[in-house]
Amino acid sequence: MTDLITMPVRASKAGAARLKQRHAAERRFRFYGLFAICFGLSCIGILFFTIISGGYSTFSQTVVTIDINLERDLIDAKNISDGDFRKIVQNSLYGLFPEVTGRRDKRKLANLVSPAAEYQARDYAVANPHHIGKTISIQVPTSDDMDQFSKGVIRADLPESERRVSDLEIVWFNGLKEQGRIETIFNRTFFKSGDSRDPELAGILGAALGSFYTLLVTFLLSFPIGVASAIYLEEFAPKNRLTQLIEININNLAAVPSIVFGLLGLAVFLNFFGLPRSAPLVGGMVLALMTLPTIIIAGRAALKSVPPSIRQAAIGLGASPMQTLTHHTLPLAMPGMMTGTILGMAQALGETAPLLMIGMVAFIVDIPAGITDPATVMPVQIYLWSDSPERAFIERTSGAIMVLLAFLITMNALAVNLRKKFEQKW
Amino acid sequence: MMTSHNNEPQANPFVDGGSGSRSTTKFAAKDVTVHYGENQALFPINLDIPEKQVTALIGPSGCGKSTFLRCLNRMNDIIDGCVVGGQILLDGRNINDPKVDVVQLRAQVGMVFQKPNPFPKSIFDNVSYGPKIHGTVATASDLDDVVENSLRRASLWDEVKDRLQDPGTGLSGGQQQRLCIARAIAVEPEVILMDEPCSSLDPIATAKIEELINELMQNYTIVIVTHSMQQAARVSQRTAFFHLGKVVEIGNTQQIFTNPKDHRTQGYITGRYG
Repeated sequence: MTDLITMPVRASKAGAARLKQRHAAERRFRFYGLFAICFGLSCIGILFFTIISGGYSTFSQTVVTIDINLERDLIDAKNISDGDFRKIVQNSLYGLFPEVTGRRDKRKLANLVSPAAEYQARDYAVANPHHIGKTISIQVPTSDDMDQFSKGVIRADLPESERRVSDLEIVWFNGLKEQGRIETIFNRTFFKSGDSRDPELAGILGAALGSFYTLLVTFLLSFPIGVASAIYLEEFAPKNRLTQLIEININNLAAVPSIVFGLLGLAVFLNFFGLPRSAPLVGGMVLALMTLPTIIIAGRAALKSVPPSIRQAAIGLGASPMQTLTHHTLPLAMPGMMTGTILGMAQALGETAPLLMIGMVAFIVDIPAGITDPATVMPVQIYLWSDSPERAFIERTSGAIMVLLAFLITMNALAVNLRKKFEQKW
Repeated sequence: MMTSHNNEPQANPFVDGGSGSRSTTKFAAKDVTVHYGENQALFPINLDIPEKQVTALIGPSGCGKSTFLRCLNRMNDIIDGCVVGGQILLDGRNINDPKVDVVQLRAQVGMVFQKPNPFPKSIFDNVSYGPKIHGTVATASDLDDVVENSLRRASLWDEVKDRLQDPGTGLSGGQQQRLCIARAIAVEPEVILMDEPCSSLDPIATAKIEELINELMQNYTIVIVTHSMQQAARVSQRTAFFHLGKVVEIGNTQQIFTNPKDHRTQGYITGRYG
């Protein structure tokens, strides 16, 4: 800071000291603000760094190319999908390492690849029945532990007893690597499938679609009801005791812990109305209840901020209350209402607790096809994975968080864009 | 349909004076009272407003002149807890009747507000809004004509004809107020109520508005609330002095300003009072 030029007229000693003090106070204040922002930014930076550094490896998957012989005596040509594909895959691995003989070692060897290998082989055989009896070469994911080893999460320099991968497995893995069978590819499974007990087969799509359906229901319920309530309370309702009471209670509702809404959903929607458990429909309804106060409060604030002179101008011209609202007040209040709605939806997207109460915490492998199918949502999926013992689920947790954050950022960007569009029009 | 209520209780010798026989009564207020909740804002007001003249309502702040003005197109309806009593006859028809369609009334009695309040839309949309909602124009070209005529009559056309699609809020204060007047005219009202239309304008813009009021008087009945005594003297033919919710004196503007009957009027216009 440069020294300010003191005006000679006012340069009394006390005055100068006071002035100095004032400027110092201002500088301090500015520093506090700057510090707060830097602190916040660094927290976000650390958060993002932790999540991304821990989760980026989710998006790659170690695969191994194996030659499998679709043996005729293991596959019934009439009923291909019932064939013993596990055996087929195992045989191909034993073929690669003929020196392995012990039962235990053989089992370990078979576990080098993911159980997905056997399904992949089956799907291949079903799709290409004329290849039965031949030897084909397919790329299958390695087991989650081998994947983690390949990514360097499980380190070879630790003593064998302290890591989940034995020395023998490392030898096999390196053998496969030397043969050029090991590759690291983009993990498409993560975006294509639902939950699974095997980390290498687990994906976020089921939870993402669950979140999508849930939010869809939430939006369809809470936006019209919220906006209508805000309009009625702000523009038409008489100001009396009753409306005051309603207003206080709406403010109270906004502060109710979300799990209470979950209990309400459980008691009313599931037990009383008998709606399906674990369904996005019920999840959406519960979250709509939770989001409504936010939308109503934001909507009322937006309507209140429209200058009364605009209403008077319209009414003075002979516009009916309805025309005044739809032609003038509502379009002017819309950006504010949408901000409130997006905030509410973002909150709903990240909500876990109320959904636990209505059964959306279940282990659901199938990808939901509609709002009544059992589903889970992304935050719940993150919670479930973070609780799983497998090493590979740790990176999948971070990966899922990244997907959730991407969703949130997309939503907010969309909201900002929509707002701008509406604002430009006016 | 012109019934005269000039000889009603308000037996003011100046009611018919000044402009002579061409004046018929447009509005006749009979014992109009206004309550805001517990507070009585207007005590029985009896006041006639002649057609195609400018009537100025003057008086100190809070004396009820704006409240009275707002009674004339029932703008008080939108204020919670505001109760209007008595009768206001517009061409002999009581507009306080609950059966009166306020939408039509407000099309007949337009209003210009204290602060210019153009819609945050284009100049064209501002002027065309009234005709559109009332369905008074059939085709787009008719609408163009109405907009042009209204802007011309509000002496704004030459300034904005090349930028009708620009936002009305981008105009200067005086232009905005004339835009609001054009917007009110576009509905083809019979009466224009002006609530201190120049209070937020500079003297040049004020002079333009006053000039405009003089022209509009040919076709419209104008009621103007003003704080400026000079303005009342310049633009109006008749002046009513309000004080504490009552009409103290009403008469020819000239008479009010040169020879007020009531000492309170005299005190106010000479600046000693209020």
